[in-house]
Amino acid sequence: MNHPSILWEETVWPGASWSHVLKRGTALRIADIEGGANVGALFYNFECPVERYNMPDTLKAQHTARLTKGVVLYSDMGRILCSVVEDTVGWHDPIGGCSNGALVKLKYGEARYQEHRNESYKNGRDSFLVEMSKWGLGPRDLTSNVNFFSRVDVTADGAMSYHAGNSARGSYVELRAEMNVLTILNTCQHPLDPNPEYAPKPVLLSVRHAASVEPDDPCRLSRPENGRGFTLTERYFL
Amino acid sequence: MSEAKTIESNLDPGSASYRHVIPAGEPWIYEIRRGQYFRIVDLHGNQAVDTLFYNLHDYADRYSAQDTIRSQANLYLTTGTRLISTAGTVLLTIVADTCGRHDTLGGACANESNMVRYAIEKRHMHACRSSFLKAVLEWDHGMTKRDIANNINFFMNVPVTPEGKLTFEDGISEAGRYVEMRAETDVLALISNCPQLNNPCNAYNPTPVEVLLWDAVIWDAPVKDAPEN
Repeated sequence: MNHPSILWEETVWPGASWSHVLKRGTALRIADIEGGANVGALFYNFECPVERYNMPDTLKAQHTARLTKGVVLYSDMGRILCSVVEDTVGWHDPIGGCSNGALVKLKYGEARYQEHRNESYKNGRDSFLVEMSKWGLGPRDLTSNVNFFSRVDVTADGAMSYHAGNSARGSYVELRAEMNVLTILNTCQHPLDPNPEYAPKPVLLSVRHAASVEPDDPCRLSRPENGRGFTLTERYFL
Repeated sequence: MSEAKTIESNLDPGSASYRHVIPAGEPWIYEIRRGQYFRIVDLHGNQAVDTLFYNLHDYADRYSAQDTIRSQANLYLTTGTRLISTAGTVLLTIVADTCGRHDTLGGACANESNMVRYAIEKRHMHACRSSFLKAVLEWDHGMTKRDIANNINFFMNVPVTPEGKLTFEDGISEAGRYVEMRAETDVLALISNCPQLNNPCNAYNPTPVEVLLWDAVIWDAPVKDAPEN
């Protein structure tokens, strides 16, 4: 907490949600406190939320289906919402999606608030929708989400499987906001996590001042597409 | 890549209740009723058909690429794939496929994504998401860009490698190949017959496709996504 750039730190509890407008020029570091966390995330342009994170545009602009340092997250309007500027994990999942009420009930059974208080079971989709509703967004605004700290392996046939042990205790990823980004998070388990136990993990968030984006920024240079993406994002603020 | 499996349909185009050719670069929007069979034919080969589906009675409940691939634990769409909505409704099931597999990660082209992917000067080039918007505005049922979700690309080949690389490969489709679906509930279909000229998804030459409908042949009980499958 003594790091001069840290504005504040905050823990997101297992299965809990969080949202914030991450300002251009700040960064969000997400740390996996215990190892094995999953953070489902959605991103919107705060000023005009119909501009939102676009999974296909992000993947095809960078010819990748894994998110790590040097990769940026594109909106559907050709702009960069945020850049992955630090990553000790190496692979974050952009394709696996989120759980829903039926899936959680089938995998883990039921745990109501009345008996279980804040350990009652949550699911990704409902968690997104409740948090999105606080900002005036609804089911029509739901889109493909990112799963930080999780990895889904894909075979040549397209078969998908959850990669256990992807994120060690203390791993972190840092997102630099390139716009004012409404960030919606929850720590629900990954939908393909085969663990038979309901066992979401907490993460530690720290919101920081970010260094300005220089011409030789690694995210800008990682792909020629990203150079154009940064140009278009800078033009938005001119 | 393993050999794609292909399954033919026994439905006769001569008995279809609706036939329509979608010219290259044009959209198409149409209501499909539960039990109807819906076929898309790649008339000339290697033509990407960007497709969205909505629950006809609640447009907010719509095709979800992530729920569809997560439910079957496979990236590629082919015979047997259930196209699942954001609320877990099975919208349609693919019942025949002579192409072998279809993409749902590559999304639709847009003026803005073309600027990023190819050159800022390419903003003017016609793109799928403009076709989608034109279609829903003319449909005039209150749909907007909020309703343009991540789509299916029928006949498009976007392999993901075990190392997590995503590539756009030449199509595996050929002239006359088709994919056929059975509607499991009433749906609204929205297609952009892709105008992209900057990559091989249309073999650099967008061409027309045909859509056909057959009236209900078999009636099943309404299907909900069963996550255990």
